[in-house]
Amino acid sequence: MSHNFADASARQRAKLLLDDGSFRELLGPFARLTSPWLERQGIVPQFDDGVVIAKGRIDGQSAVVAAIEGGFQGGSLGEVAGAKIAGALELALEDNQKGIPTAAVLVLETGGVRLQEANLGLAAIAEIQSAIVELRAHQPVIGIITGPVGCFGGMSIAAGLCSYLIMTREGRLGLNGPLVIEQEAGIGEYNAADRPFIWSLSGGEQRLAGGLVDACTGESTGSVASALRYYLKKGLPKVQRSDAFDRFLPALLELDNSQQLDAAGARAILKGVQA
Amino acid sequence: MSRGQHWFDALTQNMQQKAGPVPSVCVADGELAGRPCRVILVRPDAANPFPRARSGEVGLLEGWALAKVVQEATGDKRTLLAIVDVPSQAYGRREEALGIHQALAAAAGAYAKARQAGHPVLALLVGKAMSGAFLAHGYQANAILALDDAGVMVHAMGKAAAARVTQRSEEDLDRLAASIPPMAYDLKNYASLGLLSGRIAVSSAEAPTGSDLEKVNAALAAAQQQALGSTSLAHRLDGENRRASKKVRQLLRQQWALES
Repeated sequence: MSHNFADASARQRAKLLLDDGSFRELLGPFARLTSPWLERQGIVPQFDDGVVIAKGRIDGQSAVVAAIEGGFQGGSLGEVAGAKIAGALELALEDNQKGIPTAAVLVLETGGVRLQEANLGLAAIAEIQSAIVELRAHQPVIGIITGPVGCFGGMSIAAGLCSYLIMTREGRLGLNGPLVIEQEAGIGEYNAADRPFIWSLSGGEQRLAGGLVDACTGESTGSVASALRYYLKKGLPKVQRSDAFDRFLPALLELDNSQQLDAAGARAILKGVQA
Repeated sequence: MSRGQHWFDALTQNMQQKAGPVPSVCVADGELAGRPCRVILVRPDAANPFPRARSGEVGLLEGWALAKVVQEATGDKRTLLAIVDVPSQAYGRREEALGIHQALAAAAGAYAKARQAGHPVLALLVGKAMSGAFLAHGYQANAILALDDAGVMVHAMGKAAAARVTQRSEEDLDRLAASIPPMAYDLKNYASLGLLSGRIAVSSAEAPTGSDLEKVNAALAAAQQQALGSTSLAHRLDGENRRASKKVRQLLRQQWALES
């Protein structure tokens, strides 16, 4: 098993985060729940539709991990993949309402909506977002962003709703993928081929410096798992990151937008927002 | 004037329009069928300080402003009505650098919290309802109503961009959409997914006539009444072309409680 968390598969990642021997996969590959929409477009489906749901324990407490496989269709969410995550969060909520404390961990390597199942992916992501908001009032919902795909699209919005976000240094977090921005806004606005530029704006260290994630760790399993345990122990945050309009709005309204922005400029602005 | 603006003005003519936190987010308070209601619109603003958000896109300012106006309305049991005419989220460097995903999360989170706390949340689609913009403004509603008109469109990405990203031609996308309902851009296919609470036939979708307005108000009042009894989105799982979403949940539930 890999000790590099970022290199591991979604299934390995879920195993690596849960207490030894406690991993139990729900709707695993043997359930053969494939996408009803991909085959008729000539795309080979996968028996888990690219999402691993695992129940188990973390530091002895009941937890569910939903891990997205970046290697299948770019970690995109279609109907089945999205329903697996939304359904797991809804069941975790029910457990908490019944007095069984259950935390949720989302391992987010995803480009967002799977365009081949467009509107059903979008609908599932709305339901995931709703479930995160409801669950985070009971137990922390922790997002982990790692792997080469990064976390984009509707699932970056879901990430923004998590109680805490952990990111590895090589991870990326943003709403729109670099190629789409370049296509929509031009290469002067966003050069999708300029990798250092992209990481300088959306990489783990930049997101931590801007206060948009709680931790930036190395790529090893040890550092990710210990950050996860730290935030689970910390309990519910006093203020949700997504409730901070009174800090963001005035700062954004004061900006001088005559110059294009670089990474250092963005850090300075976001530092001011946090102060 | 945008479609959204026409409908906002018509639906709020007996309400009190308030200055929103930014010019691209409009707010009016009044009553819908005898209950307190706040109507919210995102609209184009040619002078938007963020150049990539001047055509009605949901950007940094719009996301955080939506969160503010939604949360401010949740003191009493007020209905929230989102009028949806949003072409997309804003695509730009400033937006990514300053965390547009977080701004949109703020808006989606505020609407979700309001619904879960028992506020009826309604969305009325009068134009485009695209992608991240719709997630932030409308998709958390108890009930999604739409004008039955070709200009009303729900999708994860505009057709031209979707063609480029999936390396298909727009003609290919149209051909696929004809047999794959979730890929289609039209309302009939969207309705088959079970996500719409109603389609309202109007004589003028651009700007309502008197009888259009009556129809829409009646549909909104009925949706509000229904929404009072529920805080969840479970009713969205009953669509004929959404059976897998329900099946996944049933099977998950069976396996959830088993101890290994």
